[in-house]
Amino acid sequence: MTVAPLAIALEDVEKRYPNGTLANSGVSFTVAAGEIHALVGENGAGKSTVMKMLYGLERPTAGALRIHGLLADFRHPGDAIAAGVGLVAQHLNLVPSLTVAENVVLGHEPRKPGGRLDRVAAAARVRELVGQSGLAVDPAATVASLPVGVRQRVEILKVLHRGARIILLDEPTAVLTPPETATLFATLRHLAAAGHTVLVITHKLDEVKALAGGVTVLCQGRVTGNARMADVNEGTLARLMVGRDLPPPPPRRPAGARLAPRVIARDLGYVDGDGAIRLRDVGFEVAPGEILGIAGVEGNGQDVLARLLSGAAVPTTGDARLDGRVFTGLSPRAARSLGVAVVTEDRLHDGAAPTLSIVDNLLATRYAQPPLSRRGLIDRGTARRWAEAVIAGFDVRATGPHQPIGALSGGNMQKLILAREIADAPAFLVASQPTRGVDIAAAAALHTRLVALRDQGAAILLISADLDELLVLSDRIAVLYRGRIVARFEAGAVDARTLGLHMTGLGPEPKGGDHD
Amino acid sequence: MNLDLVATGTAAAVVAAATLRAATPILFASLGGLISELAGCINVALEGVMLVAAFAGVITSAYSTLWFPDAPLWLHPWLGCAAGLLAGTALAGLLAVFHLELGADLIVAGIGLNILAQGLTVLLMAHLTGDKGSTASLASFALPSLRWPGIGAVPVLGVLLNGDEDTGHNVLVYVAMAATGLIAWALRHTVFGLRLRATGENAEAALAAGLPVRRLRYAGLLLSGLLASGGGVFLGMGYLTLFQADMAAGRGYLALAAVFLGGRRPLGTVVAALVFGAASVTAARLGQLAVPAEVVFMIPPLVTIAALVLVKQHQRLATRRRAAAGRAALLSP
Repeated sequence: MTVAPLAIALEDVEKRYPNGTLANSGVSFTVAAGEIHALVGENGAGKSTVMKMLYGLERPTAGALRIHGLLADFRHPGDAIAAGVGLVAQHLNLVPSLTVAENVVLGHEPRKPGGRLDRVAAAARVRELVGQSGLAVDPAATVASLPVGVRQRVEILKVLHRGARIILLDEPTAVLTPPETATLFATLRHLAAAGHTVLVITHKLDEVKALAGGVTVLCQGRVTGNARMADVNEGTLARLMVGRDLPPPPPRRPAGARLAPRVIARDLGYVDGDGAIRLRDVGFEVAPGEILGIAGVEGNGQDVLARLLSGAAVPTTGDARLDGRVFTGLSPRAARSLGVAVVTEDRLHDGAAPTLSIVDNLLATRYAQPPLSRRGLIDRGTARRWAEAVIAGFDVRATGPHQPIGALSGGNMQKLILAREIADAPAFLVASQPTRGVDIAAAAALHTRLVALRDQGAAILLISADLDELLVLSDRIAVLYRGRIVARFEAGAVDARTLGLHMTGLGPEPKGGDHD
Repeated sequence: MNLDLVATGTAAAVVAAATLRAATPILFASLGGLISELAGCINVALEGVMLVAAFAGVITSAYSTLWFPDAPLWLHPWLGCAAGLLAGTALAGLLAVFHLELGADLIVAGIGLNILAQGLTVLLMAHLTGDKGSTASLASFALPSLRWPGIGAVPVLGVLLNGDEDTGHNVLVYVAMAATGLIAWALRHTVFGLRLRATGENAEAALAAGLPVRRLRYAGLLLSGLLASGGGVFLGMGYLTLFQADMAAGRGYLALAAVFLGGRRPLGTVVAALVFGAASVTAARLGQLAVPAEVVFMIPPLVTIAALVLVKQHQRLATRRRAAAGRAALLSP
């Protein structure tokens, strides 16, 4: 067998940001031409920094990057594009008010004399790329009107339009449904077979297994593992990715007589300022010691449901009760005082104040209660001791209670947020995407905590786009599609594929009211 | 022909022509504001740019006769015009450097430059002419007016196209109209327009697409400076033929309001600029009718506030209607 030429080579790459943060140190790995290579590791491990350096958005402070054997000193994405590198970013980088064709050609536009944009040629070019890649998109559609899975296709088309031979993808499946993921993987395999090199960031073991020919593991900015998929089995791969054996999945709730529901939501509906119905006829019950999972593609009403239940928004119709008392339509504080706790979907914006310290973030929901508050003043000593106890008890990697919470990795930040939310032993916890962007080990720790809370008798609503998580933790699962619950399942009686079909509206007609 | 009708038409044409004149500086500045806003870095220093351009234009055209005594007379106003455009654009360039290179906040730096321009023009004027109020003592030039031949006698149309004194409109009035059309077309149909809009709407996406985002923002701010300078030059070498302390009189801020009132679109911006022009004409007419000056000065800002409130209110009502329709749809089975 001949040695394939290297498409990407990193040689002792270091990236230190001006504020002193060391994002990458001594990172070396190679990717052969035509290979699909996975880059794994927890948030904050430096994966995205590697991508940014390869795409000219950041420059390494030491070491060298080679693209197709040539030393690459990219100052600007334009340089990377010229070298045949394209990036599909995690937060899709499209201009919403422009059309698909305009977005695809942006930066390299077909022109008519006089600097005019040739829209006809642009649309033709997109159709040509669609024909080559099999990525179905309408060139004339406005990007703002497209679902996220289609927007991702536009991103890939954009990269192909620029003639990229190396395609970088940063967590491409985080926003996709299982069928969309399958389509994406087929496309990537197709592109690799056509000679493209693909470097993809992911958190998920099964995705690495399904897609990659090789894998590199990053931890705290360094390479901690590197393997060819042909040489490893699932167990070694898991150890490579986590650094140790994975804990066994949390035990299922023992089957038994279902208790009387603790949380009852009926007819919840919500109309936003534009008159769009974001949620309608949503009803469910959660018993003490039960986890109800909510599956759905992002943007199908999960965010609205969480906001209604947390008190951040007022339902247009219906209400929800906890132990017989209505807690919706009041205020976040009123809902909390009735025993509702919330892990919000976006931890950096709604879940935490990134620039404030760990102590201050933990205080956020309880600052007015003794023993943290005495005679209207915050008892800093008690607060600090509490923070230290949480850091130790939840195995949070932090330099101390006064470190800004935003400096922590996603997993550690999420542990602190969950710790804050369950500190008062809530009767009802709404957990939205609790392990998004969190590494496998931290996700397992978070799952253990959720199960422990369940076993104490709390009712839990778990809203997640991660079907594996839902299937492992939930006792029952409801699927949200276009603001309605379109299907309900007992957790043991459904698989990811069926859920995926219902999530995209392809399932059979909704089965009526087994929640009554 | 009905004489009353002609009289009414003539009066309307007089007001329309005056509105066009009054709106021209605001139109120039608001086109500049629009371009910078679409590039994602709105030029708050429009007011200062207009002042500096008006001052540099007037002073240069006046001193040009000393510097180039042998030059033909028609050249001096154009030298002034060039100097005004250059000075105003340079001030916008300063804002661009502060914001894009040194990371200064756009609003704070913009307002700072406005205050600087206000003080600097008066300081230099006092130094050069010994007068802190205006350059009335200097013989400065106006840019030529374009007069349509052969329609002076045509009722209504003659007044509309050539003004009530049959002198024609200043060349910059026509430049402003041409610029409006050109900019509306360029934003929509050129590669540059597409790139500028993409940069303003999602700079990260523009950068990822390999666009030179910083250079595009420089282009946006410098173009906005050039356009606002056109407004400033018109003030000093068309609308009046001298420089007065604070002669922009808030038009730069009105222009910013026009950008948003016009929904960040070229046509809307033009309409808003015309509304503000009409308001200042009304103010000027009332000024002749022994209405207290304080009341007169309040009219343009009051119209601005009223227009902003009305547009917002209209949007809110539309939102409420949509929400009510949505609620009805939700409640219906």
